[in-house]
Amino acid sequence: MKKFLTTLFMTAFVLVMAHAGFGMTINGAGATFPYPVYAQWAYKYEKLKGVKLNYQSIGSGGGIAQIKAKTVDFGASDAPLKAEALEKFGLIQFPMIMGGVVPVVHIKGVGPGKMRLSPEVLADIFLGKIKTWNDPAIRKLNPGLVLPDKNITVVHRADGSGTTWIFTNYLDKVSKEWHAKVGTGKAVSWPAGVGGKGNEGVSAYVQKVNGGIGYVEYAYALQNKLAHVLLKNRAGKFVAPTIKTFQSAAANADWAHAPGFYMVLTDQPGEKSWPITGASFILVYKVQKKPETGKAVLAFFDWAYRHGAQIAMKLDYVPIPEKVVRLVEATWKKEIKDTKGHPLWK
Amino acid sequence: MEIVFPSNPHPAGTPSGVPAPPLENTSPSKVRRKDGDSLFRLVTLGSALVIPLLIAGLFVSLTDMSMPSIRHFGLKFILSSAWNPVKHDFGALSSIYGTLISTLIAMVIAVPLSLAIALFQVELIPPRLGRFIGSSIELLAAIPSIIYGMWGLFVFAPFMADHVQPFLADITGTLPFFQGPPMGIGLLTAGLILALMILPFITSVASDVFRMVPVQLKESAYGMGSTTFEVARKVTLRYGIDGIVGAAFLGLGRALGETMAVTFVIGNSHKISTSLFTGANSIASTLANEFTEASDPLYLSSLVELGLILLVITIGVQILSQLWLKRMRGKSGRGL
Repeated sequence: MKKFLTTLFMTAFVLVMAHAGFGMTINGAGATFPYPVYAQWAYKYEKLKGVKLNYQSIGSGGGIAQIKAKTVDFGASDAPLKAEALEKFGLIQFPMIMGGVVPVVHIKGVGPGKMRLSPEVLADIFLGKIKTWNDPAIRKLNPGLVLPDKNITVVHRADGSGTTWIFTNYLDKVSKEWHAKVGTGKAVSWPAGVGGKGNEGVSAYVQKVNGGIGYVEYAYALQNKLAHVLLKNRAGKFVAPTIKTFQSAAANADWAHAPGFYMVLTDQPGEKSWPITGASFILVYKVQKKPETGKAVLAFFDWAYRHGAQIAMKLDYVPIPEKVVRLVEATWKKEIKDTKGHPLWK
Repeated sequence: MEIVFPSNPHPAGTPSGVPAPPLENTSPSKVRRKDGDSLFRLVTLGSALVIPLLIAGLFVSLTDMSMPSIRHFGLKFILSSAWNPVKHDFGALSSIYGTLISTLIAMVIAVPLSLAIALFQVELIPPRLGRFIGSSIELLAAIPSIIYGMWGLFVFAPFMADHVQPFLADITGTLPFFQGPPMGIGLLTAGLILALMILPFITSVASDVFRMVPVQLKESAYGMGSTTFEVARKVTLRYGIDGIVGAAFLGLGRALGETMAVTFVIGNSHKISTSLFTGANSIASTLANEFTEASDPLYLSSLVELGLILLVITIGVQILSQLWLKRMRGKSGRGL
């Protein structure tokens, strides 16, 4: 017993010493959507610079709560905070990585990229107004497809999620009825369908239920070879979800006139823009009480902007366009200060 | 779950008729002081007190955290089936409904099935084989619930969608319970998975109860020419009826709070529908799904109040089952 206790204390001691002795640790928490890419960046960055990033993917809501409670050095959220909220809590936010939300279907004989949908039809399906796949509205958009007389089963997220926020924000923009009845949220009161937990839950339901339609993150749809749809964008063109069409949406967005980088990339202009694109945001305090940690946080994200694109694209995420990065770093210089008012980022 | 059998009139060590030799110079108080018994007593007392304190603390903090929701919605919270995070309108009815109905389905299936298994195990096969079956059933209880959930979603739900649900819809016609597209997930599937999960608990307790039935009773019944079925029905089941109810309560308690397995297959939609094929939700599955992203204070508080409701239901069921088991033990002791 004594020996056991001694060993225990020794181990604890060694662990504490190792922790204190090895570089610096940045703590962050928030959105689950960008977690894979943040984890990869952190792994690479620790190898290169010896700075450890500890990111807990507890969800966007959790990330906002944690940064407000000041238990973490940065928070991450898929839904941007409005400029007033940022002002109130003394935070600034910036976009870190992008992705797209992709409607996926499961109809016998309809492969990826075969089904064409317009915003109105997509909204009516999720409102439960279009109930079968051979509805005239769907047939009109897809003259070349043989559509079965099969019930449509809508599959949505059961858990609160940034993916849902982006998707409902899009439906909110394109459908008056959706705006009046449902609105935008990480969780909403769904008029129709069943809920799956996480992207994997939604995709499992869609794959199991013949006649299902759901929405998942792009990376998820791609890796699981789900049958994504072509969507009509604001320019009236049918586009497929690809890294190029997401970047087009981001490039066409007017970032310079978005206070606090409050920018929702859904329904953006541009012939090649995928209409349900979203960015994931980072939240940090304007006044950094621990300037060393604050600097390390910014240095990490700076490195990620400059050198993280390859890793992001390999994981099917979309890096932030360079012109937006310049805007972000200009904001860092202007707004983030230590307690004495000296700018942290030069 | 082992049923205590308090009827041995001759505790080991003091054979009847032989008085125990008096111990010299060792009054109980002296022994206590010598061995540090009072300290031991204190430590164990403290440890034992932790449990009621924890439960009380749980109640107090849950009630405290759900105060905003209790104040805002009042009794309407239990009566409303609205669940709209965008408009901040919450009600518990759909979750309570899903919890109760899925549990009811589980009980309706698991109780008769467990009794049949327990009877078979105790009455019909050699004891050694019975023990083997008994331990394999207990192994079923050791499977983590997430495994049931994944198996339910990936194996059982497609099976339900392709075979069971179309069949049920066909034979029941216009009965409202089996309407709608066969998705494979929903209340019925959740109830069936739950039935499978509580089966081992009820079986294990029920077979213990059946073993308590005095052999004389059964032998006399056989002696009078009863068939095995008659003995099972008129002697074993009747004798053990209290224990069976206790066993069922245990299963009920577990089914009410089951989270992961249910979340996977129940369909997770906040709706009340008479059809068992449609998606529904239970209190536990709502909590598992929505807690992480509930950043709005009223939303969070409503979820906590849901948890409080579940705690009240579960503790109520547990208290009932404990009372019942206690009664049964007293009775069986007298019966012998």
